[in-house]
Amino acid sequence: MSAHAPEQSNIPFWRDERYLNILAQILVFAIVAGILYSLWYNMNRSLEALGLPLSLKFLKITASFDIGEKLISYSREDTYLRAYLVGVLNTIQVSVLGIFFATIVGIIIGVSRLSGNWLISRLAGAYVELFRNIPLLVFLIFWYQGLFLKFPDVRDALRLGDFYFSKRGIAFPWGIPTETFQSYLYILGFGLIVAIVVGIVLHRQGVKTGRMPLIGLWSPLTWIVIGIIGWFILPQAPLTPTIPELPEKGFNIIGGRVFSPEFMALLSGLVLYTAAFIGEVVRAGIQAVSKGQTEAARALGLNGFQTLRLIVFPQALRVIVPPLTSQYLNLTKNSSLAIAIGYPDIVHVYGTIINQSGRAVEMTAIMMATYLTFSLLTSAFMNWYNKRIRLVER
Amino acid sequence: MQRKWLAIFAVLMVFALVATACSGAATPETKTEKVVETVIVTVEVPAEGGEAAPAMGGNTLQTVKDRGKLICGVNSAVPGFGFLNEDGSFSGFDVDFCKALAAAIFGDPGKVEYRPLTAKERFTALQTGEIDVLIRNTTWTLTRDTELGANFTATTFYDGQGFIVRKESGIKTLEDLNGATICVGAGTTTELNLADTFAARGIDYTPLVFETADETTGAYEEGRCDAYTTDKSGLVARRTVMANPADHVILEETISKEPLGPVVRHGDDQWYDIVQWTVFATFTAEEYGITSANVDDIKASTENPTVKKMLGLEGDMGAKLGLSNDWAYNIIKYVGNYAEIYDRNLGPDTPTYIERGLNSLYTDGGILYAPPIR
Repeated sequence: MSAHAPEQSNIPFWRDERYLNILAQILVFAIVAGILYSLWYNMNRSLEALGLPLSLKFLKITASFDIGEKLISYSREDTYLRAYLVGVLNTIQVSVLGIFFATIVGIIIGVSRLSGNWLISRLAGAYVELFRNIPLLVFLIFWYQGLFLKFPDVRDALRLGDFYFSKRGIAFPWGIPTETFQSYLYILGFGLIVAIVVGIVLHRQGVKTGRMPLIGLWSPLTWIVIGIIGWFILPQAPLTPTIPELPEKGFNIIGGRVFSPEFMALLSGLVLYTAAFIGEVVRAGIQAVSKGQTEAARALGLNGFQTLRLIVFPQALRVIVPPLTSQYLNLTKNSSLAIAIGYPDIVHVYGTIINQSGRAVEMTAIMMATYLTFSLLTSAFMNWYNKRIRLVER
Repeated sequence: MQRKWLAIFAVLMVFALVATACSGAATPETKTEKVVETVIVTVEVPAEGGEAAPAMGGNTLQTVKDRGKLICGVNSAVPGFGFLNEDGSFSGFDVDFCKALAAAIFGDPGKVEYRPLTAKERFTALQTGEIDVLIRNTTWTLTRDTELGANFTATTFYDGQGFIVRKESGIKTLEDLNGATICVGAGTTTELNLADTFAARGIDYTPLVFETADETTGAYEEGRCDAYTTDKSGLVARRTVMANPADHVILEETISKEPLGPVVRHGDDQWYDIVQWTVFATFTAEEYGITSANVDDIKASTENPTVKKMLGLEGDMGAKLGLSNDWAYNIIKYVGNYAEIYDRNLGPDTPTYIERGLNSLYTDGGILYAPPIR
């Protein structure tokens, strides 16, 4: 062992920091690997003793259970994999809508807290304190049992135009894709490309002439016009409307699209809860912009809204985005509480699958990988955005 | 600086040794190899002991005896079968079989720790050794018996799936449920039977699935669903805890066979035998008219060789199971025979009254039939 002593040095290797550094790394690695290996070994041995060696083949087996809410076609004859996909899409649906609405509500709350109006700022403050200090699970159950299940029975559904409100959910008119829907998607894709090209051209022109045209107006307008033209060019409208109606006899409202009480409770719970945190993030971001900036803007003659939009917000955004990312991640992960109110999200379907197939280890690994993917994608996007808006120092 | 490093180094070493000792074979390819190997020997004994702890297959009886109590996975929300009372105690038909098992092992029906489980949690709890036996109105199916790593010992209750609906709805048959929303518990055979039956008959429906029986019936009572489905025994039991039991009717039709009984893990035959014969002992006791009230008299006076064998006066039936010879005597003395257990929880004097029907002895027109104790 002494052969390994460092060259041209009298310090023995066990007191040489260069060696110790490497040694420590190797040791940490060995410890982590050892623990992981022993867990893995132990699990495999137990599973073999039960006659359940690890395998993913079960995903191809017929699921033979039904799922109430689905965004893609699914029946009991489909595989476990497809059943899981139904759960994944349900989670995505509630997360995307949740993030969208939570951001809007959160910004309103955050700005209101700083409002000069005493009542508005206090109300916003009370909102934040109320919603972020009660566990989300309690909220969900409250929304579900206390609000959405207290709607009128489906027979006495509350009707507002073509909207029906009842214990069976909120039914509203919707479009059903027809045969030409696929082609219409291509037209929309084409329109998007044209819109982007228009945007780039206008931007170049602006840079050249020094007068920036309203890209934010012209570019989307191009897309919308192409969309409208496409709608009428096609031999058949890509969507046919379906209007909800209450049949004379029967259990449920027919037609239209229905947001179930479970979905509504989960969405509103997630939005209101996360909005309280986003409100605080926004407030902190705005307050991080030094007062001198506002004063300078005012001195230049900008009004209150202009100051907020042109001076304060762009600077606050740099502070807001990183914590906002974690709120988005939280919202997605919190959607797993759906299990308490019977919304078939990932965890819900996962539970049924492991119970019917007995594949707890495999399914848990798949579920962890799914959530991890969601989170990494979200934070990758937010990091990209953060990079784009950060202060460019020249 | 140097000293701090050495301290950290020492701590890391200890961790490394424990970790490698646990994993058994991992020998990191470093210069420390030699040191690790020598020290392994000293740590090996506790590490080995630690590895044996998870009760995988193996000797469940010994584990239970060493622990001094049985851990029994039960239901906590179905009155008559497994119910958590207001005073924190458990009662019910399934719970009594936990007690019978404890009586057979320890001669004391109180040496049970009850683990309330949801339908979804139960098999994982059994697989991982968190419980010794699962007695939680669990249906015997081929998949569960094989792929889920469970072994069904005996059927204690023959049941079938039914539906409960609101009286005012006027629903009489399953066909009337076309287009309905149906509440069902997650992770049950019920969920599968429902899908199978309705698909076969071409009845359209929307399932609404909840984790616990309370959530499921809660949503049904709120009017979120048109019907609630589970085993008929469960329907009878759950109806007793609804706000207005008289407003609900159970449909005639039974759509499945649901044999319910205690379940153990794969891989421990002795434990399987103990649980199975505990159930058979209650059947046999009813067959021979032995009850908790007269078991002492019968033990003192009987000339019947079968009864003598069962009560431990003759032969060594208990020893064959790895138990004391008065195992069956203890079951009958402290818990009672099958009829007593049934009547106590599901008899005419209880709110959860269910006719015995199939669950009568073969001599009374039912299908309960225990192999001979000899």
